[in-house]
Amino acid sequence: MTILANILIVFFIAVGVLFIVVTAIGLFRLPDLYTRAHAASKSATLGVMCVLIGVFLHFWLIEGHFNARILLGILFIFITGPVGGHIMSRSSYIAGVKPWSGTTHDDLKEEIHRMKKEQGIK
Amino acid sequence: MAFQILLNFSLAFLWMFLSANYSANGFLIGFILGAIALVIMRRFFKSRLYIGRVWAIIALTFLFLKELILANIAVLKVVLKPKLDMQPAFFKYETALTEEWELTLLSSLITLTPGTVVVHISDDNKYLYVHAIDAADIDETIASIRDSFEKAILEVSRT
Repeated sequence: MTILANILIVFFIAVGVLFIVVTAIGLFRLPDLYTRAHAASKSATLGVMCVLIGVFLHFWLIEGHFNARILLGILFIFITGPVGGHIMSRSSYIAGVKPWSGTTHDDLKEEIHRMKKEQGIK
Repeated sequence: MAFQILLNFSLAFLWMFLSANYSANGFLIGFILGAIALVIMRRFFKSRLYIGRVWAIIALTFLFLKELILANIAVLKVVLKPKLDMQPAFFKYETALTEEWELTLLSSLITLTPGTVVVHISDDNKYLYVHAIDAADIDETIASIRDSFEKAILEVSRT
């Protein structure tokens, strides 16, 4: 039983660390802000969630202590992670950060242009 | 929906008083019997039975978890590929959802799915502007969002 629990804990923490490492590599390698926001908002969310699940299982199965605060933390990260990615991309687009030259298709340009004209922002 | 849940709780308490069994067990039995009564009496309610809606919420949660894991494997592949040959794109997505909470939920779901982040929502709440990290086929991406998430959210909000 302890072995099974340990395998589960090691699995979750290892997967979480792997995703966090991929986030860091993505932040270095990807060409522009918007693609980096992908790496930052998805992989980091799941990575931290996996590490927290591992910690929760360790304290529950090995130490016999049920910590509900970790579960709440998982829930809050789950809710706030994607919103952070959205707000970062949106505010940078409105502030005028240019997308990467390899971007094939851009519907957003006209919309933001129209919105700025309507609200009198140059 | 809230009315039906409240009614179910009242029936459970009624059962506890009838059987003079004031324990969690008695409450549970009363709740199940009350749910059966609600199923039998369902044609007197204006809206859908709440049990179906609770089931739709559970299905949506599992869809969310599945997509989250798939999204991360997709990002992992893009980041670790030796050559950066993805084709990012901003595209427009027309949505049929009207309520604000539905739109927020859909945006969160899209942001956590394979290679898409919602960048902007138009003022009239009709279009979502989505940035895709690798959109070789935009129509296919749009169709997959519409078939999976929008359908699941509509299933929850249907009355």
